[in-house]
Amino acid sequence: MQSDIEAILREGEAAIAAASSTDDLVQVETELFGKRSALSGAHRALGALEADQRIAAGRRLHEVRGALEAQVADRHDALAATERAELLVADRLDLSEVIPNLVRSPLSRGHLHLVSQARDELEDVFVGMGFEVAEGPEAESDWYNFEALNMPPAHPARGMYDTMYLDIGEPETVLLRTHTSPVQIHLMEEAVRNDTLPIHAVMPGKCYRLDTPDARHLPVFNQIEGLVVDRDVTFGDLAGTIQTFTTAYFGEGMQSRLRPAYFPFTEPSAEFEITCAICRGAGCRTCSNVGWVELGGCGMVDPAVFAAVGIDSDVWSGFAFGFGIDRLALMRHEIPDLRSFMENDIRFLSQF
Amino acid sequence: MLAPLSWLRDFATFPDDTPALVAALDDLGLVVEGVTRVGEGLEDVVVSQVTEIEGIKGADRIRRIVVDAGAGPVEIVCGAFNFEVGDRVPLAPVDTVLPNGMEIGRRKMRGVVSNGMLCSGKELGLSDDGAGLLVLGAEVNAPPGTPLMEALGLQADTVFDITVEGNRPDAWCMAGIARDLAARLGLPFALPEPPAPSGGQPVTELASATVEDLSLCPRLTVAVLTGVVVGPSPRWIAERLTLAGMRPINNVVDASNYVMLERGQPTHPYDLQRLGGRGLIVRRAQPGETLETLEGVTRTLGRPGRSLGDTGEDCVICDGDNVAVGIAGIMGGASSEIAESTTEVLLEAAYFTPMAIARTSKRLGLRTEASARFERGTDPWGIDASVHRFSQLLAESVPDLAVADGTLDIRGDVPEPFTLDVPIARVRRQVGVPLTRAQIAALLEPIGFSTGSGSVDSAGSDAGSEDQLTVLVPTNRPDVRPAPYGIDDVIEEVARTFGYANIPRHTPTWPQPGRLTALQRDRRLIKTVLCGVGASEAWTNTFVSEESHLRVGLHGPAVRVSNPLIAEEPYLRRSLMPGLLGALAYNAGRRQGDIRLFEVGVVFSHPDEGFPRVVERSGSGGSHTALLPGERELLGAVFAYQDDDAQTATAAWHIVADAFGVRGVRLVDTDAASGLLPGLHPTRSARLVAGEGRAIGAAGEIDPAVAADFGLTRTAGTRVSPRRVGWLEVDLGLLFDDKVVERRAMVAAAVSRFPSSDVDLALVVEDGIAADVVADALGAAAGDLLESVALFDVYRGPGIGDGKRSLAYRLRFCSLDHTLTDEEVGALRARCIEAVVTQFGAALR
Repeated sequence: MQSDIEAILREGEAAIAAASSTDDLVQVETELFGKRSALSGAHRALGALEADQRIAAGRRLHEVRGALEAQVADRHDALAATERAELLVADRLDLSEVIPNLVRSPLSRGHLHLVSQARDELEDVFVGMGFEVAEGPEAESDWYNFEALNMPPAHPARGMYDTMYLDIGEPETVLLRTHTSPVQIHLMEEAVRNDTLPIHAVMPGKCYRLDTPDARHLPVFNQIEGLVVDRDVTFGDLAGTIQTFTTAYFGEGMQSRLRPAYFPFTEPSAEFEITCAICRGAGCRTCSNVGWVELGGCGMVDPAVFAAVGIDSDVWSGFAFGFGIDRLALMRHEIPDLRSFMENDIRFLSQF
Repeated sequence: MLAPLSWLRDFATFPDDTPALVAALDDLGLVVEGVTRVGEGLEDVVVSQVTEIEGIKGADRIRRIVVDAGAGPVEIVCGAFNFEVGDRVPLAPVDTVLPNGMEIGRRKMRGVVSNGMLCSGKELGLSDDGAGLLVLGAEVNAPPGTPLMEALGLQADTVFDITVEGNRPDAWCMAGIARDLAARLGLPFALPEPPAPSGGQPVTELASATVEDLSLCPRLTVAVLTGVVVGPSPRWIAERLTLAGMRPINNVVDASNYVMLERGQPTHPYDLQRLGGRGLIVRRAQPGETLETLEGVTRTLGRPGRSLGDTGEDCVICDGDNVAVGIAGIMGGASSEIAESTTEVLLEAAYFTPMAIARTSKRLGLRTEASARFERGTDPWGIDASVHRFSQLLAESVPDLAVADGTLDIRGDVPEPFTLDVPIARVRRQVGVPLTRAQIAALLEPIGFSTGSGSVDSAGSDAGSEDQLTVLVPTNRPDVRPAPYGIDDVIEEVARTFGYANIPRHTPTWPQPGRLTALQRDRRLIKTVLCGVGASEAWTNTFVSEESHLRVGLHGPAVRVSNPLIAEEPYLRRSLMPGLLGALAYNAGRRQGDIRLFEVGVVFSHPDEGFPRVVERSGSGGSHTALLPGERELLGAVFAYQDDDAQTATAAWHIVADAFGVRGVRLVDTDAASGLLPGLHPTRSARLVAGEGRAIGAAGEIDPAVAADFGLTRTAGTRVSPRRVGWLEVDLGLLFDDKVVERRAMVAAAVSRFPSSDVDLALVVEDGIAADVVADALGAAAGDLLESVALFDVYRGPGIGDGKRSLAYRLRFCSLDHTLTDEEVGALRARCIEAVVTQFGAALR
């Protein structure tokens, strides 16, 4: 029995060493450990032995199996590495030799993401109204996202933003912007530094809030804000701008209305609503039968914000507004669930 | 908050015109989220008495109940268990439509016919309690068959669900809503001043009060009431609380809640006899001090939290023996709670520093009706009236109530009313309406801002004789800041009460043109180009797991979100690859894997990795320095349409390069020496290297091991192997930076009218020499007469030799002023061959 077991080990080792490919090795493995293998046979034969012999032989058999399994694993790694190396050599392609004209590429068009389409269209509408388009970083310091916007530390209004903070510097000093308003601060600082006031700009971009994804919320979302800083800018100008935009983007006959609201960075502040695009104001489920849907917030720039960036609010006044791009696209295209935007299902993407 | 019309009418005679009231409230910024008609739908519900309760065989969640509803027994199947024979409960007979829209029909369950429904308070819209039936207490004296409304003494009412903005604590109570609404409707508003009780035992003999930290608690007022009998509130109080969404508890707690809902001042009643030392001490919590709050949770106080500006100063209320009994303004403790046995009540009414309450509440994650009001700012001078109102309300159910004479009143630096000089010109400029001084005063007076002009002629005859209006800001308006910013806060009140809808609209114009920047136009173009090569735009998640980075071979630091939404995905992506491969796998799993996708998005690098963004500013807003993650905007694209591979990605790059007139960017194959690229195929990928040697991106193929890991495989027979996926990545910031990537000036080159001549050269060149380098050398040697040079064939194999290949180029020559002669073309050919032979040791084949 003992010699049988040693023979199994020797022959097994030889077979493993002889395997020349991972495919081969799979075959060897079956032969070594399968039901009809010598190893299994020896195991079955244990029953016929005397008790003390059985224990010794069983232990040795167990060791042999372990040793062979380890060798198979090592051999597999070695063969796989060799095979990968061979494959990589065989696969080698000098990309400078690619001849574009010879690359097979069936004719088909790709589709711009619906949110990009909405953003482009919004930008175009605002460019048509005389706005520039400004952008800024997605990670910001607390100062740009909150403090400069009249929200000092522990300001209760910060509770309106479920902020995601980053593990950089002191706790809660660096964050993912919760709105694109920090871009407004950068713009105003730059204009003051370069003496280039007035400002007429919109700022689209990605924002982040700690919102659990559902049909109406995504933790990552796209927003567009607008900022006008000029001489003698009034709340009436803000209301007029909102109305002009509403007509330009949504079409003739679409109305807007403002109602008082609270934002720390504007005074007076307003929420703006537009005629429900689904029912055109008649009342439907989308607008809870009121004929209006809430689009965003706006207001006159708070003097504390102007002070933070060094703009003299006796000379300059301004207004700002903002709303979500994703929701706008959602409404316009009757998309039931915002999460479709980040699923990237080609059946969804290729519809637009 | 829920505001019943009947309650609002305590303060002004509002008409019964719901739509008009809703419109007015909306326009005032007190947005009505919903309107409930209470009592509607309850006309048919009657009082019934339970006469029999019996189990139903085979059912353990329902029972057969027989009730007497005045006109004989009625059999009902009921799923509630909180009643006994003899109890009186509301019965909705068959055909009743309940306020929640539920229509009661005759139903048969387990063989038993149910002839109606016994109702809970929630089903009737009378309370939030849906756990069991509304069992009528002994105080309801009505025989079976009595209409429920009559039995409860209920009147139909309208309840407005109003959202009050965070800056309007004054409006977060019935009186506050009524004040604004009355002003808008031109109705007189009155908030009764309850009388100060007198003649009792002096309060100083009954209790003591000390405030050790007046910066956290600038005002503390303590009243003492004796002879208290704790019991249910009078029905009208309980009903109003219920309508306003609060559960009646007992007459003492209810009176406190009633005062808060009516006037916005939270108060806290203590059982004086259970209050050690018969007094209160208000102080700052010791660092690490613990306290068990009412819900049985032990809270640690006095330690700074993570939040910016959280100094860890918590205010605690202690008894006279200095043992903490509550977190000031947020939640009390159980030890001195009002109990049935309470006979002496100490009432605490305070003004806490709003920021302090906000800080503590946020850190502890503990928000209550009281804390929400304190952190927004209560009226420190409304305290006395609120205390008296409490006594007045409690006296309704406790005829022998004795109120101690006077209050213990400790004051520090309490906000006082202050004046603001509001320039009329600024009001006009901000609002955009030429309001007169008198008009402005007339808008502010009714909402509690008295103006220096004394009695104001509401007709507005004062035509702006002075250029400013002096406004006295009341202490219930903490949203109005001191000068100078407060001026705009007052202007907001002017605009709001004037009505936003009444402000004439005007669309401003300006001489500066609107436009996109060059980068924005370029970004749009690159997306259009990608769509043109058949790729669709994806939007993948910014947040990834550590594993996602490792799967595509990205080691090293990533920026971590401190409070991630999903614990496993706390990192900001360093590459678009995990997201795009994930999107590809998602589609492949739906049998639509033959696609091309691209994304333009930001990736982040950890400041430790180099290239951090440093923000440094100083000036009027304060100085500020911060180290921020590096951000790069990338184009990433995956090509997995049918036979797509590295060649597809490379071809796509050539198309992109052509779209932008890119010059001098080479494809430099990756190898061990130059460094492999994470996630990419080691022998089928190249860096895109700009003139200065700066890598601006990569083209090639996904490493087969990575593709397999994402489940991107092909099956041939029984063999499953990774599929080829082309990859293109370009840093847009670098591509569009003319200091990094040279772009062809878009100046027209003359097009020759003379025929061109082609020269085909098959050159045997060593593998290490890139084909585009050879092409460039040919171009340089050919000179001005060269129209184009293009690789058209590559051959490796017999007759060429190991480590070499034959590259076949077509050179097209043309002159602008004549047809090239054979001699000229021959000379050019020789020059070209000469150049590559000497430079690269190439051999003509």
